[in-house]
Amino acid sequence: MSLLQIRNVTQRFGGVVAVNDVSMHVDEGEVFALVGPNGAGKSTIFNLLSRFYTPAGGSITFDGHDLMKLSPDQVPSLGVARTFQNIELFEQATVLQNLLVGRHRHRKTSVLAEAFFTRKVWEEERHHRHAAEQVIDFLNLQAYRDKLIAGLPYGVRKVVELGRALATEPKLLLLDEPASGLSVEETQDMAFWIEDIQKQMGITVLMVEHDMGLVSAVSDRVLALADGKELATGKPSEVQSHPAVIEAYLGTSGIAKGGTAPVRSTAEDAAQKTGDVA
Amino acid sequence: MRFVFKTSYDADIRWFKHGAQMFWYAILLAIMLAVPLYFMATGDPYLLGEFTSVLIFAIAGMGLMLLTGQTGLVSLGHATFMAMGCYANVLLLNAGVPWLISFPLVGLLAGVFGTIIAFPVLRLHGVYLALATLAMSILTGDFIILGEAWTGGVSGIAVPDISIFGYGVNKYANPYAYYYVVLAVVLIVLAFYRNLLRSPTGRSFAAVRDSEISAQAMGINLTRTKATSFFFSCAAAGLAGALFGHNATYVTHETFDVVMSITLLLMIVIGGLGFIHGAFLGAIVVGLIPVLIANGRSFLATTFDVNINIPGLESAMFASILIGFILFEPMGLYGRWLKIRTYFELFPFYRKDMFRRQKSYLKTERVK
Repeated sequence: MSLLQIRNVTQRFGGVVAVNDVSMHVDEGEVFALVGPNGAGKSTIFNLLSRFYTPAGGSITFDGHDLMKLSPDQVPSLGVARTFQNIELFEQATVLQNLLVGRHRHRKTSVLAEAFFTRKVWEEERHHRHAAEQVIDFLNLQAYRDKLIAGLPYGVRKVVELGRALATEPKLLLLDEPASGLSVEETQDMAFWIEDIQKQMGITVLMVEHDMGLVSAVSDRVLALADGKELATGKPSEVQSHPAVIEAYLGTSGIAKGGTAPVRSTAEDAAQKTGDVA
Repeated sequence: MRFVFKTSYDADIRWFKHGAQMFWYAILLAIMLAVPLYFMATGDPYLLGEFTSVLIFAIAGMGLMLLTGQTGLVSLGHATFMAMGCYANVLLLNAGVPWLISFPLVGLLAGVFGTIIAFPVLRLHGVYLALATLAMSILTGDFIILGEAWTGGVSGIAVPDISIFGYGVNKYANPYAYYYVVLAVVLIVLAFYRNLLRSPTGRSFAAVRDSEISAQAMGINLTRTKATSFFFSCAAAGLAGALFGHNATYVTHETFDVVMSITLLLMIVIGGLGFIHGAFLGAIVVGLIPVLIANGRSFLATTFDVNINIPGLESAMFASILIGFILFEPMGLYGRWLKIRTYFELFPFYRKDMFRRQKSYLKTERVK
């Protein structure tokens, strides 16, 4: 039994079919990557999992629960945490407060008890704080603990967002382009963290990523999508050399036939243009 | 420069960050407690009355700050909840309910009323929410006239005195006791406010303010969180309204008008959105500017024989102050104070752009 099971899911926006009859499953303990050109439907799948969208058809089950029956704010309570492609942190709060918001699903106290700040609330606060500190230690965020997000550089925000997702103590972590906009060193750090998250914390990771270097370094299985349709599933190397995947990235004119899959989007664009001319 | 060495998580949970901070707030409290003694000695409680109204506005300001500053929901209708609190208090007192019971009950009623109002308008964002609450504020006067049987309508209604175990408190007969009653309410509301802010509820307010989508992704129920914010906000406004009624001793349909709603919003923007201090600083500005204008006027008249009688001078001054703040100090008075304090704390290493942030809008400021 897989941790996450997606069966024949379809999502339409007006006339556009963003996700077309996609089925996939993510097993417990693996790192699963979604790859594909822009507009392939990768982020749409994430938003379906977070229940921001309701699919036109198909079913999604997580850990034996039917996700279709839940509202977006109930999904995290099952143990699904996510990050966003364009960082969605709480700007006017400190790093620590952001991590503590991640603890929200473990909240055990009522609003009334919090208004009076009873002993139990105090103890819970210490407990949440301890959990947040462990995330801070893990991601080396000590220097930024009391800094407002609004003043932090992009790379740090990316890490804080990962930290906020980890603070929820998830079973499944959805990472939407964890390496986009990061430098080479930061991307390497991210790869190590993802590995630790999988191996040490035992958290299953599902990620969308364009950086094929990171994808092949950390992921166990890869699903390639194009125009909302599934192209290939398998080990990173298999998917990278799959003819349909190469075709989706480079076009049909065959200039790169038998070549390796592109790594940089600029390379893609250039190849696309040459392809069009030819 | 002060270094605070934290040795336990409690250091971040406590109300005061360090001993010195506690010391200064204790001094402030002592001064607040001692203020009436000064006026008792001089025998002229006129200014004490002004201080009391500033405190009442601070209570309403804290209510609105929780909603607008912490949760990011702009309300232009908080005078409505003050009216609700005021009239509920009068009706309960006239029905023979003791003040010590009626007053907390008024907070509860106003909170529940606010929550009920909140549900239909919670689907609205930004300007639309502001407009809906503005419409509510405009309708308030009409509803008070319609409910003439209870509210006295256009001719108004007299507000009974506060009576605590038979000890009557009236603004005119006993301004000192009245001041202490208001101060006690301020402290209680303040304690609730601080408690909420340092608990998961307060953090979920901030989360909803800064990003609804990721708040949901963290398991925060938007409707419930916003309704909670409305509840506490309107409860505080209701309490402020009840005290305002005692302060005015007579209220009509014109007491809680749109101008008051706007003044409340103006107050927290001037004070500094998102800071509790902002509610107080804003209340001081809003409450004491009319006093300053009046005093300045009589000073000019008596000393230089210059008589200034321009109608609408006060509104014009308010408006120019607000425009000035939005242009030059969007963080409000408290933001300015933070900058000054940082300047001295870091002297001589303060940099001009230390508080410059990337331009970012509150969700509520975006028109969806």
